[in-house]
Amino acid sequence: MADTKSLYQEVILDHNRKPRNYGALAHASHKAEGHNPLCGDHLTVALNLEGERIAAIAFEGESCAICKASASMMTASVKGKTLPDAETLIQEFRDMATGQLDVGKQAHHLGRLTVFAGVRDLPTRVKCAILPWHTLHAALHSVADTSTESENDPMHAPIGDA
Amino acid sequence: MSSNQSALISRPGPALDLGRIRADFPILKLQPGGKPLVYLDNAASSQMPQQVIDRLVRYQTTQHSNIHRAVHTLSEIATAEYEEARRKLARFINAREEREVIFTSGTTEAINLAMHGYGRKFIGAGDEIILTTLEHHANIVPWQMLAEEKGAKLRVVPINDAGELLIDEYEALFTTRTRLVGVAHVSNALGSVNPVKRMIAFARAHGVPVLVDGAQAVPHLQVDVQDLDCDFYAFSGHKLCGPTGIGVLYGKAALLERMQPFKGGGDMILSVTFEKTTYTVIPQKFEAGTPPIAAAIGLGAAVDYLSAIGMEAIGSHENGLLAYATAQLERMPGVRIIGTAAEKAAVLSFALDGVHPHDVGTLLNQDGVAVRTGHHCAQPVMQRYRVPATSRASFAFYNTMAEVDALVAGIRNVQKVFC
Repeated sequence: MADTKSLYQEVILDHNRKPRNYGALAHASHKAEGHNPLCGDHLTVALNLEGERIAAIAFEGESCAICKASASMMTASVKGKTLPDAETLIQEFRDMATGQLDVGKQAHHLGRLTVFAGVRDLPTRVKCAILPWHTLHAALHSVADTSTESENDPMHAPIGDA
Repeated sequence: MSSNQSALISRPGPALDLGRIRADFPILKLQPGGKPLVYLDNAASSQMPQQVIDRLVRYQTTQHSNIHRAVHTLSEIATAEYEEARRKLARFINAREEREVIFTSGTTEAINLAMHGYGRKFIGAGDEIILTTLEHHANIVPWQMLAEEKGAKLRVVPINDAGELLIDEYEALFTTRTRLVGVAHVSNALGSVNPVKRMIAFARAHGVPVLVDGAQAVPHLQVDVQDLDCDFYAFSGHKLCGPTGIGVLYGKAALLERMQPFKGGGDMILSVTFEKTTYTVIPQKFEAGTPPIAAAIGLGAAVDYLSAIGMEAIGSHENGLLAYATAQLERMPGVRIIGTAAEKAAVLSFALDGVHPHDVGTLLNQDGVAVRTGHHCAQPVMQRYRVPATSRASFAFYNTMAEVDALVAGIRNVQKVFC
């Protein structure tokens, strides 16, 4: 229960209140829409790649605070990063949220994103935190539409195989 | 401010001996996360009293065998107890005959049985099925599957902003092609009590049979299928203080007899050769295979328990809880009640400004308050109110006014976190 409390901490509430990089992105080179049909969360992630680098990224949609804060912090984290660095963050975030990466003990590059570590103790909320990352992954791999519940979705297979 | 608000709303005295009743439910003593459990998710599944748990244990300990088969003593006892449970359920809903009570795995299977047994035989291309906006997916999807298979059409009764069915529009939907009406007695998402008796009378005048989804009604109202004059009435055991995996499809005997079987197998036949199988009579025609015997007997014990308290007293106490909770939430800034029908039962759906229902649910859980958040398997209702989901508190007769206070305090905490 202590973890639940720590999940709704100020940094997450702040990103929910004032999401960064929120809105549409004109002339996006990559774009995907993500859905969680179980709770109705949906968001769009759009980005511009310049060579190997994410030059611009934005998201919009309707979701719970965990999902929106995760999307906001994700966009702030990957902006300016190279594709391989972004893929590393996607993989590490997913591993943290599903309990496969112990951010207290193992090496990682997540930085402030570790505020989401507590979600691992709330199985029904894991997908809320991961949805933006799935959607980013789908956008980078030119999958227009992704869902946490579709059979070919990353939630049903290691994220790298999607 | 909060205590002043509470003081303005009178708390009606309980009509039931809640101390005694609550002592019957061992799960209510739990303290998940160190907080007393405030269980307000009864519309999803209600809890089981010790009397039902004991009945299940007694059956498994001293009475279990397969039914309708062997001549040995245990099989005879198990068969008698299973059929006694059917009698209890028939009495509980005032069915004319016991054979009108078909045991199913729950409401969903009951409706699927009606779809396969009645719909696939009597509904064809160009025919029309009337449903309502308030239906649970369980009373939409089977009919949609049938419509797709047969080339039939679904017609949907709209609701007003309060969540009440527009009866004029319902009546206007009838045509010479109308073959069935499916309607929820009580909406699971909003709590609206629908005027099913009046709707059935109208359908009857047009010679159209009506299936009532009673999953949310039987735990709260005294249901009398003869008085309603419905053709089918479906409900689940686990919302009725019984076990999961058991439910009932009531059907008028003459209708059930004309229907084709749903599942094929043992116990539903008179004779089988590879050339031809002859089906047996109702209710066995629809109960292929070994049924959930223990669950049926447990459900029999559950309706005994509820009847001993009295459905009228149960309904009256729950209405008190609902009225008290509604009055409290109506006065809270930033809280919107979704579903304000004049007649409601035990369900309070709400939205908090600026807070997603899933965050509400997680934070309330932190205070020990269990509510349901989501679309409640009623996405057309969510679309009607343009919300992705709601938070839903749903009451049972064992809930207390103090638990409503805990819900209200929990909602204030959520608002504090998100302010």
